[in-house]
Amino acid sequence: MFDYSTYLRSAKLPHIWCPGCGHGIIFKSLLRAMAKTGWNKDEIVLVSGIGCASRLPGYVDCNTLHTAHGRALAFATGVKLSQPKFHVIVVSGDGDSLAIGGNHFIHACRRNIDITLVVFNNGIYGMTGGQYSPTTPYGDKAATAPYGNVEPQFDVVELAKGCGATFVARGTSFHVPQLDDYIYKALMHKGFSVVDVVEACYTTHGRKQKTKYKNNLDMMKWQRDNAVPLSKAQTMSAEELKGKFVTGIHHETERREFVENYQALIDSLKGGKK
Amino acid sequence: MKEGKYTFVQGNIACAEGALYAGCSFFGGYPITPSTEIAEFMSEKLPLRGGKFIQMEDEIASIGSIIGAALSGAKSMTSTSGPGFSLMQELIGYACIAEVPCVIVNVMRGGPSTGLPTSPAQSDLLQAKWGTHGDHPTIALVPNSVEEMFTETVRAFNLAEYFRTPVIILGDEIIGHMREKFRLPEPGELEVIDRKLPDVDGLCRLPYRADGKHPACLPNFGASRFHVTGLNHDESGFPTMDPSIVQESNSRIIDKIYHQRELIDKVETKYCEDAEMLFLAVGSAARAAEEVVEEYRRKGIKAGLFRPVTLWPFPKKQFIPYAEKAKKIIVPEMNLGQLRTVVERFARSEKVIPVNLVNGEPLDPEFIMSTIEKCSK
Repeated sequence: MFDYSTYLRSAKLPHIWCPGCGHGIIFKSLLRAMAKTGWNKDEIVLVSGIGCASRLPGYVDCNTLHTAHGRALAFATGVKLSQPKFHVIVVSGDGDSLAIGGNHFIHACRRNIDITLVVFNNGIYGMTGGQYSPTTPYGDKAATAPYGNVEPQFDVVELAKGCGATFVARGTSFHVPQLDDYIYKALMHKGFSVVDVVEACYTTHGRKQKTKYKNNLDMMKWQRDNAVPLSKAQTMSAEELKGKFVTGIHHETERREFVENYQALIDSLKGGKK
Repeated sequence: MKEGKYTFVQGNIACAEGALYAGCSFFGGYPITPSTEIAEFMSEKLPLRGGKFIQMEDEIASIGSIIGAALSGAKSMTSTSGPGFSLMQELIGYACIAEVPCVIVNVMRGGPSTGLPTSPAQSDLLQAKWGTHGDHPTIALVPNSVEEMFTETVRAFNLAEYFRTPVIILGDEIIGHMREKFRLPEPGELEVIDRKLPDVDGLCRLPYRADGKHPACLPNFGASRFHVTGLNHDESGFPTMDPSIVQESNSRIIDKIYHQRELIDKVETKYCEDAEMLFLAVGSAARAAEEVVEEYRRKGIKAGLFRPVTLWPFPKKQFIPYAEKAKKIIVPEMNLGQLRTVVERFARSEKVIPVNLVNGEPLDPEFIMSTIEKCSK
């Protein structure tokens, strides 16, 4: 049995998350993945923005930085570039990382800075009471979409790939062993890695959908029934994949990492005796 | 004139040299006129000495990156101008409440909005004080020469490190782009202050425990494992909504500055002792005001100049005695009356003669004198 206490600030528990929320599941997955890396806790910096997911660092016994809404990656970039020895992990919700923090998201991907971003993607602004986010399903009701959401969604995987991230995976809060694996591989990857974790918020999202979900268990079943592994998805038509989300490691490649590249620049200048 | 090698440089370069002299090892910025020379210089010089420069995707990211670097132990800086300064406001407040030392240079230009990108103004004097939401401490320095762009930048880092708070330098397009004779001080010639670090034995459980009205004494990341947040927090650094703790900690981050004013205040006065016409001006406007003061003195008019080099907190203790004795207080500024609103808290408004220019032209002595004449008729 995994001993979580090594990584927890137990005095800070219980956490703030509602019953039925996926955050706790992803949290534990992240702790197991962190443990597997064998990294020294003193050299891990866990950074977050604002929102339910962003309260996570407060519960973890390492260097923790709870920043402003959307800005976690900007702070994290400063931490990593100034102290490359740190292992920098960012946890962020879909609104935090894709709406207000969208600009930092795309540029962290482009730079390929050695940071891991875990997106707690529940498709809603939970902390503020269930307003629609960039990943709220089309047609779903939300506090600011009382007639149903009329905006299209971001596909986090395609966005990250398109912007240059070198490791991109998607898991769910239902498929936990796979999620452990994706997060661990993302942490070990050299370069910018993104793990999109599809999960659900029954309290502020599920309850508003009337017939779609009776309870939070229905939202877990929704994850189970609509997740399609990458290998299977490759055999399915676009029509068959409608409304589904494809899980697995979507993208893994090597490209010059930003901080190493900058260090190489410093070294070359010293060689040039300027 | 001190011995040494003199060069002819612009204010923005002197500012960047000052940052390096103070030990700045991290710069995060975004290009904006008229501040770009600072970023360009840092991009060239920092990697030569093992420091880091990054051009971020916007000004919000820029200040975010320097706060992250500062928490990791680096002396860090960003530079910008009006529109970028507006974007930075939220995170200036973050650095205030989380007590993170950093330096923000605003080379002011005409506004509002995109305004006059290449023209001088003193448009952000009050934004520097009140721009971020919530009550917060503000230290802002206003250099008026190339040499002061250097010395005040060194002082900005010293104050940031000592008080654990962001320090703002308000340059303007004139001071930033003007070239003057400049001598780079030798190492050790100017005082350089490094942040005090706690003796951390294992965990630092109370990083925000402060001695009386003093700044908190956080370790750098890596030296201990602690939590930093922009939420109101207690001594442990973790969020709290306890009314008495919130009241105390919100007051302390301001008190820590007001209780050690002697370390922050800096004023330059000229002929103020017997001044009947007291000029209050900062930055490039003070250079024009000084010309007028000299001209008036030649004519036998008792004029004097009061120039806060530290604008915020406002040096009211030094200003009030002169303001009370003066018959007229002239406030020349390249905005529509930002300093005037401050002066009118200490002097009757009938006594105040505002001199305001916002057309992008430098404020010159003739304009000041003609405005005073018009007001005196």
